[in-house]
Amino acid sequence: MGEVRVGGQYVLDRARFPEFLSALSACGYDVVGPTVRDSAIVYDRIEKLDDLPVGWTDRQDGGKYRLERRSDEALFGYNVGPFSWKRFLFPPRERLWTAEKVEGSFVVRPEPTGGPRLAFLGVRACELAALDMTDKVFQGGPVADPGYRARRARILKVAVQCGQAGGTCFCVSMGTGPGVRSGADLVLTEILSPGPHRFLLEVGTPLGAEVVARLAPPLSSAAKDEEGLARGIVERTAGSMGRRMDTGGIRDLLRTNLEHPRWEIVAARCLSCTNCTMVCPTCFCSSQEEVPSLDAQAVERWRRWDSCYNLAFTELHGTSVRKSGLSRYRQWMTHKLGTWHDQFGTSGCVGCGRCITWCPVGIDLTEEVAAIRASPGTITTKGGSR
Amino acid sequence: MLADQPRAPAHAETMGHPFAPIPYTVRSVVLETPDTTTLVVEPHGDQRIPSSRPGQFVMLYAFGVGEVPIGVAGGNAEGQLIHTVRSAGKVTQALTHLTPGDTVGIRGPYGHGWPVANARGGDVVVVAGGLGMPPLREVVYELFRHRDSFGRVEIVYGARTPKDLVYYNEIQSWRRRDDVRLQVTVDAAGREWYGDVGVVTTRIPDCRFDPPKTTAFVCGPEIMMKLTAQALVERGVKPESTWISMERNMKCAIGLCGHCQFGPSFVCRDGPVFCYRDLAPLLAVREV
Repeated sequence: MGEVRVGGQYVLDRARFPEFLSALSACGYDVVGPTVRDSAIVYDRIEKLDDLPVGWTDRQDGGKYRLERRSDEALFGYNVGPFSWKRFLFPPRERLWTAEKVEGSFVVRPEPTGGPRLAFLGVRACELAALDMTDKVFQGGPVADPGYRARRARILKVAVQCGQAGGTCFCVSMGTGPGVRSGADLVLTEILSPGPHRFLLEVGTPLGAEVVARLAPPLSSAAKDEEGLARGIVERTAGSMGRRMDTGGIRDLLRTNLEHPRWEIVAARCLSCTNCTMVCPTCFCSSQEEVPSLDAQAVERWRRWDSCYNLAFTELHGTSVRKSGLSRYRQWMTHKLGTWHDQFGTSGCVGCGRCITWCPVGIDLTEEVAAIRASPGTITTKGGSR
Repeated sequence: MLADQPRAPAHAETMGHPFAPIPYTVRSVVLETPDTTTLVVEPHGDQRIPSSRPGQFVMLYAFGVGEVPIGVAGGNAEGQLIHTVRSAGKVTQALTHLTPGDTVGIRGPYGHGWPVANARGGDVVVVAGGLGMPPLREVVYELFRHRDSFGRVEIVYGARTPKDLVYYNEIQSWRRRDDVRLQVTVDAAGREWYGDVGVVTTRIPDCRFDPPKTTAFVCGPEIMMKLTAQALVERGVKPESTWISMERNMKCAIGLCGHCQFGPSFVCRDGPVFCYRDLAPLLAVREV
């Protein structure tokens, strides 16, 4: 005890994983992590080992997501599902303030910020990158979002190295994974074989060290070959990405191809259903709603997730700026891969593949980028940009 | 949007919650046109928003209904603010039906305004279309206050019909000045109208200014701004000296909600006033 150091690497036996969960609780965290619900792996409260998707994996492709049994008892043997961690920092619905009428005026009471300290268990490398991106959006500008900032300050991130790549994964192309490089308090690598089922546990921060120090008897330090084994797992994952995207000069490629004929082809398939924006770990658009009481003496101001695919999103004087499905798909993709660079200095895409998997018609942005790249600047239609 | 454009002060943390409106009382109401109302409001209590610069906007809040972005048309040292609102949706309908003594909420001011100081030493042309006049009203008074700092001043104001002209009496008083040239035109009019008929772009050839030394401030519907800017550039006004004010759906006004994006820009934070040179390529594309 007390010798756990940042940068230290330890071995956690699978049998002691429940103790690890207890250590997180003992440090004051509510654990949220992957669990099976409605035939998908989602993120929710984890109270015991069996809440995790033990022995499950997923099979993903464009418009396809299936859970399957594994032949082993792996705890993290799958890739990302329809949920992302953003929902715990930027909730789908959130009350911003309440107000009531008082003597011919009104008094506003901002919603208290804070809430429980959460341990995110099972954060993938691409998801760590996504958290960096939403940090920039919500607290990197001149005005920080009070709710996001308060919740963000109370998070412990327990990352998991991906032991396999999903069918729609392309984190290697986006430079976000699969290996966790930084930003995690603790990093787990699940080692299924050779040898007993165990985890390499790397300590990234003092907060992480505090959790590991709770474990008694103390964890043994990892041997060199454990580290090599863990590195090999990540390398194998990197070599089996389901998708790839050539990101070279992509900001300018998209900026100069706003009237490429490919947009019409993809727009003919796009249902404007908003699924891709709901599952995206970085999409941050929201709307605000006024909810008055029945006697109109009090109101609640709510924020909820919105999407650039909604017709009302760009409503102005009773009409919409982006009326066509084409313009709405184009806005989403050019923002995500192009103008995000102008706004935040990075891509808005982490290569997690959720938008491909959860698109009901299997639209694949890697395919769309490739199509534009194959014949850039071929046309100008009406308006004539270039 | 640009390095040479004055930057708005960061919305101070001391303002409290960034989404909480501050109560203001409606002092007076002027019915400008059948659907457009000018509200003069003043702080209800001790709290007030920081003073704004010409071209900035606020989020105007109707209790129980919602918020809309509205340009600041004027203000004074006592914290009074002037806003001109056209009834187009449920929030603006509520705002245009307020009477003196009613309460509204205000948060802001937001965005970058008109770089009036950059125009010093040269000629200035102000072109307003319809409700593009309110966000330019303070520009006009800024020019009047520092009249010697500028060369010729041309004001062109167009509306659909004579009854759509706002600030009618006030604008007549501008006409009486001998150091400003004012052209008012309407798209269509009956026999009662003795003035010009035609869209604002038809008045640009008549403007008297030295194009390379002219700064243009243009506000109105997007198509009007685009065509006006093109007409000005055709006359030799530099695209980098031509400024327009963009309008988009806005929910947060501080770059967090995503609604107002126009290409790489958040109109709320990087605009609403932009340099035409920077926007021209995107204005050529439909539904950006």
